[in-house]
Amino acid sequence: MEILMILTGGIIITVAVYLLMTRSILRVVFGIIMLSHGVHLLILTLAGLEEGAPPLLTENADAYTDPLPQALILTAIVISFGVTAFLLVLAYQTNKAHDSDDLEELRGNADE
Amino acid sequence: MSLFHFVVLAPFLMAVILPFFYYKFRSIHTGWFLLPLPLVLFLYIATYIPFGGGGMEPVIYSVPWVPSLGIDFTVYIDGLSLLFGLLITGIGTLVVLYSIYYIANKQDEPLQNFYVYLLMFMGAMLGVVFSDNLIVLYVFWELTSLSSSLLIAYWFHKEKSRYGAQKSMLITVSGGFAMLAGFAMLYVIAGSTFSIQEMISQAGTMVQDPLILPAMLLVLAGAFTKSAQFPFHIWLPDAMEAPTPVSAYLHSATMVKAGIYLVARTTPIFGLTQQWFWILVIFGLVTLTWGSISAVRQTDLKGILAFSTVSQLGLIMSLLGMASAALHFEYVDQDTMYVTAAMAAVFHLINHATFKGSLFMAVGIIDHETGTRDVRLLGGLMTIMPVTFTISLIGLAAMAGLPPFNGFLSKELFFTASLNAASFDIFNLQTLGFIIPVFAWIASVFTFVYSMMMFLRTFTGAFKPDNYEKHVHEAPWGLLISPIVLGSLVILFGLFPNMLAYTIIEPAMQSILPGLTSVGDQFYVNIYHWHGINAELLMTIGVVLFGLAVALTLPKLYGAGFFQRERDPLNAVYDTGLDQLVVQSQNITKAQMTGRLRDYMLYMGVFIAGLGLFTLFRYDALAISLEGQGGIPIYVWLVTGVLLACTLALPFVSGRMTNLILLGAVGFLIALLFVILRAPDLALTQLLVETVMVVLILLSFRHLPEMTKESKRLLSTSAKAVVSIAVGTFVTLTALSVHAYRSGADITPISDYFVENSKTLAGGYNMVNVILVDFRGLDTLLEVLVLGVAALGIVTMIKLRMRGGEDV
Repeated sequence: MEILMILTGGIIITVAVYLLMTRSILRVVFGIIMLSHGVHLLILTLAGLEEGAPPLLTENADAYTDPLPQALILTAIVISFGVTAFLLVLAYQTNKAHDSDDLEELRGNADE
Repeated sequence: MSLFHFVVLAPFLMAVILPFFYYKFRSIHTGWFLLPLPLVLFLYIATYIPFGGGGMEPVIYSVPWVPSLGIDFTVYIDGLSLLFGLLITGIGTLVVLYSIYYIANKQDEPLQNFYVYLLMFMGAMLGVVFSDNLIVLYVFWELTSLSSSLLIAYWFHKEKSRYGAQKSMLITVSGGFAMLAGFAMLYVIAGSTFSIQEMISQAGTMVQDPLILPAMLLVLAGAFTKSAQFPFHIWLPDAMEAPTPVSAYLHSATMVKAGIYLVARTTPIFGLTQQWFWILVIFGLVTLTWGSISAVRQTDLKGILAFSTVSQLGLIMSLLGMASAALHFEYVDQDTMYVTAAMAAVFHLINHATFKGSLFMAVGIIDHETGTRDVRLLGGLMTIMPVTFTISLIGLAAMAGLPPFNGFLSKELFFTASLNAASFDIFNLQTLGFIIPVFAWIASVFTFVYSMMMFLRTFTGAFKPDNYEKHVHEAPWGLLISPIVLGSLVILFGLFPNMLAYTIIEPAMQSILPGLTSVGDQFYVNIYHWHGINAELLMTIGVVLFGLAVALTLPKLYGAGFFQRERDPLNAVYDTGLDQLVVQSQNITKAQMTGRLRDYMLYMGVFIAGLGLFTLFRYDALAISLEGQGGIPIYVWLVTGVLLACTLALPFVSGRMTNLILLGAVGFLIALLFVILRAPDLALTQLLVETVMVVLILLSFRHLPEMTKESKRLLSTSAKAVVSIAVGTFVTLTALSVHAYRSGADITPISDYFVENSKTLAGGYNMVNVILVDFRGLDTLLEVLVLGVAALGIVTMIKLRMRGGEDV
């Protein structure tokens, strides 16, 4: 199970890094979203995916899955959501100001 | 703090208060307020001269500065520092007096700047020669570079002055940095002490250290740049843009001798190596010859004197090299012949300061009274400026090495030393030694030639009043006092050289070559004019005859290619080097700072993957454990398969709607995975966040343009693909290794604590939520803050947009 999840996470990150290097601002933002997906999955996986009940004490199980990485990921999801929302509005405003989605056109002057 | 510390500090203190005098007493020339200071210092330092004979006991005064680093402001007074101290303050007094009349127009000139820089220089120079601590010496050393540059650029509105100042700054400061590195090595070799005297006391063990050679080269780099040795001499001719009192003081008598001082001071340490001897002798002789040949082709009087200074400094440097040979002989009666070189070096140092100072001042007078320094315009000044003519004649004759002036004596000693060097039976001198007197002789011929040329072209011939802008007449007496004093010293030292012998020269030699004489027993210096007919005298006669012949054929010589241009050919190397440094660094910046986000992402990707993969394989950290991989349910395969399909499709689709749908699908499938992996809170949040995100993108959808098409160039696409796959591989391999390590090692997760205590300590059943708000509540607090800041940021961006044209 872990190996499968690690490979999935690795592939998601590969695609994310590729998207970060593209020309379109929107694609770069998509790359950041994908990057956080990959990282969340890896955090969960690397803590171990032992069989066990969900981390709710009402289950009365012998073993529970690790609650700590879940708490960490929950925090990470919210933070990456905040950042992504900000970036999206930034991309929107950039487009409104410069009428372009092309990072190549949004380059600074060569002398700077 | 002893009184002697204030000798070093007094010029700095004076520099602080001098501007007040300048602004308070505008009617009096500021120089008069400053004049007593160097005079008093000179007299005070002179009290340390051992007038009674019997050698000099060094005096040490120490004040802690940074004791934890071993940096103490230690003043060390022995023969060598005494000699330099007297030169600095003595010539300083004369230069200040001369400058009062030279820069007489006090309304137009920023005199307060001039004298503050000059005082700063004087203090720094005294600090260099009296410091025993290498770091303190270095601090003062750089202060001399700084104040020298300030003085060269005194007329900063002139472009050439700024060029000269920048050049001297760059060259001497580079040398200074090298020297600092050398000092650091010496600190390591000597076992954590910066004190020169402590190093000298353990010189025998220090030369065994492999670091001694790099340390020596670095210290020499500092000394050679400062003392204008070949090929670092190019800054000195350009420093002639400074006011003439500055040239006389800094660039003939004192600052350029700081390198000489450093070499003399460190001779007891480095002199024990064979390389020291050869480097000093070779660089000294090359500088001597190159400088004297270059001086001949100058047409500017100060240019001639600048190259002449270069050449004479080379002479002293080579003599110091020869003097170090004396350290290699254990028999006292034998080394009397080798220490001739040390004696010649010290004696010529004094002589050069006197005659070169007077010559610079004479040239300054000619410049001041005629308005030009060009020898092609000058001529026939002999009867018009008789006093200046007399001073120049004495100075030039001394420089050329004619009897009965002091230059003759030091030149004879130089010949003696070089002939002796040829007869040593160390360092392969028996085969190569003949080069030394040959070079010495050639250089002396050219020295004679340019001295002759300066004399003939300035003072003889017809006087042409049309060449000058002003009415030419003799200088005022105030301007003449200082060169007259120096000229008298030239004659005095020439006629009675032994008055310097036991007072100055012998103590200085004892500092350069310590340990050669036992306590109470000194070097015995006795300088005669007449030694009988010997090789040295014949060499001098040859110099005069040959020099006369060259000087008379000089007009023909000017036709030759080398003599047509005035600038040193090495300047081209410096100028091109400096230009290329700027151009190439711009090129490198342009090539790498493209302004494209994806290029920077590419660099980061390359470094992350490169460093990570290198570390993984280099340290053999890669491990893969396949334990417990069986039994994956079919629905997990299914979800993962669809997730991967959506992910991999992302880079290939171009429509924005398709992209959005794929992105949303990935998000929801991740949420589904969270369900499968038994993380209900995560699944819930992920679902919500993904929905909001898709809604957000859809909201702005109408306002967003069609996504830019990616360029289809194979090279850039494949480069991106390679780098992203490399980064992905690195992440995957690292994660696999972490997993293998985790399953291999016996690790108890701290989560057991949360499982046990969620109910008992926090009163909650949902462990994830208890962790979020109770056990690790601070994270949540700050995460809420992040959301708040993001929201505020978004509002700001939308509401407070600048309309363009406003200042940020």
